[in-house]
Amino acid sequence: MHQAIRICNKELKDYFISPIAYIVISIFLLVTGWFFFTTFFYYNQADLRNFFGLLPITFAFLIPAVTMRLFSEEMNVGSYELLITLPVTFKDVLLGKFLAGVLFVAAALLPTLAYPICIAFMGQLDWGPVAGGYLGALLLGAAFVAVGLFSSSLTRNQIIAFVVGMAICFSLTLIDKMLFFFPNSLLGVIGYLGADFHFQNIAKGIVDSRDILYFLSVVFIGLYGTHLVMQEKS
Amino acid sequence: MIHVENLTKYYNEFCAVDRISVDIHKGEVLGLLGPNGAGKTTTLRMLTGYFMPTSGTIRVKDYLLDENLLEIKKLIGYLPESAPLYHNMLVFDYLDYVAGIRGLDKDQRAFRIRQLVDLCGLGEIMHRSINELSKGLNQRVGLAHAMMTDPEILILDEPTSGLDPNQIVEIREIIRKIGEEKTVILSTHILSEVEATCDRVVILNNGKIVADDHVENLKQTAGQKHFIHLELLNADFQKVCHGLNGIQGIENTEQIDETPGGSLKVRLACESAVDLRETIYQTIKQTSWVLIGFHQETKTLENIFRELTKED
Repeated sequence: MHQAIRICNKELKDYFISPIAYIVISIFLLVTGWFFFTTFFYYNQADLRNFFGLLPITFAFLIPAVTMRLFSEEMNVGSYELLITLPVTFKDVLLGKFLAGVLFVAAALLPTLAYPICIAFMGQLDWGPVAGGYLGALLLGAAFVAVGLFSSSLTRNQIIAFVVGMAICFSLTLIDKMLFFFPNSLLGVIGYLGADFHFQNIAKGIVDSRDILYFLSVVFIGLYGTHLVMQEKS
Repeated sequence: MIHVENLTKYYNEFCAVDRISVDIHKGEVLGLLGPNGAGKTTTLRMLTGYFMPTSGTIRVKDYLLDENLLEIKKLIGYLPESAPLYHNMLVFDYLDYVAGIRGLDKDQRAFRIRQLVDLCGLGEIMHRSINELSKGLNQRVGLAHAMMTDPEILILDEPTSGLDPNQIVEIREIIRKIGEEKTVILSTHILSEVEATCDRVVILNNGKIVADDHVENLKQTAGQKHFIHLELLNADFQKVCHGLNGIQGIENTEQIDETPGGSLKVRLACESAVDLRETIYQTIKQTSWVLIGFHQETKTLENIFRELTKED
């Protein structure tokens, strides 16, 4: 676990020393801020529903861009060989990189706390859905980071890693809006696979163990997939 | 120290390393030699746990590779080919990070990094970013990485590739210094490097061991013949053949070169058991040939290497 934290530290440092973090976070704030506040006053309601409604789509873009380098770059440069021959296990490496990704998502969400605080001054804000929304956002972020890690482990090419990661995250977000393409018997199952569906549940302020379980399963499958891919490579 | 038995690695259908068995003793400097694609890097990668062997066992001290990989990793310092370090980090940050992962605490870290700076000559570049470094400096940082915890076993994959002659001498000097106490395994295809630094050499070809011996032994035993070169004036090849083939022990005479009106160069293949130089000289003395060149070809590692790794 110590090793995982060291690796996580190093990855976070990498993000915040280079311009990546600042570029990605400012784009994230710009996009969410713009789309949220252009319609906010029109609805005249003191809640963050619109903000959380957009979050899965923005995350599906943003998170693969953040995670694409985690394995691809290391394999491309060859530094992965140095890392894995140090006294660390693959679990340490995987967990470290995963944690770094999740903390990055948290860092990107942190400035958006200004929205509910401002809104609380303007009207009667119900803090329940807000807290649920942020919890859901972290869970959703963690799931997408796991997916992004998986796609990053598939290839040495960061662009391919990004596109594949984005494709998977998009499918997870949009699949429950495409239900009319599927036969009736599958509707329940496929509806359940949608990340957006589970996220919106939590964002309403209803913390259901099924939704939490869904995100944890995606995290687990993503990380386990990465483990299998990297094992196959050695 | 390291015991390797029947180590085999397949990449899909392709057999990169084929049933290698070798014992490496404490304090030995072992050179792994072979043409490109002979399986040197693959072997080293399996020793360090980066690749899993298809079959065979590796035992380091009392640890088996597939059971106690973490313990083995602690014993080994490894420098992969061309030292692929994180290029966006500062040299100091990088070494500090490695020291942390290697389990050194704060005080030890500062102390050890200072030692390594002296050993590898990194004083000037500690605050520079790794991607600004020249190849040679990068290699030295890699060496510092490998030696971080003063490991008992050091594995270096082509440590001098791409360096200029001065840097090569420096790195060899460092390796020799380390080799006095530690077990060092290095791979290379530069033969003079093996002669300069290694006690023992293992030659690989097509994934198999074709020779495994001390450098000196290898030079003596390899090959059944040795060659004597003559350069003569006032002689023609037919007569030389006729005159010299009578000497017992000479198996074959061949003409290497003849400049018109100038000298004739011949090469005599001799049995290695007897020294024929005196007899040859006496024979030539009785003729009207003028001897202007006479030398015995010594078995160099290069010849041995070429002989052993020749494609059929």
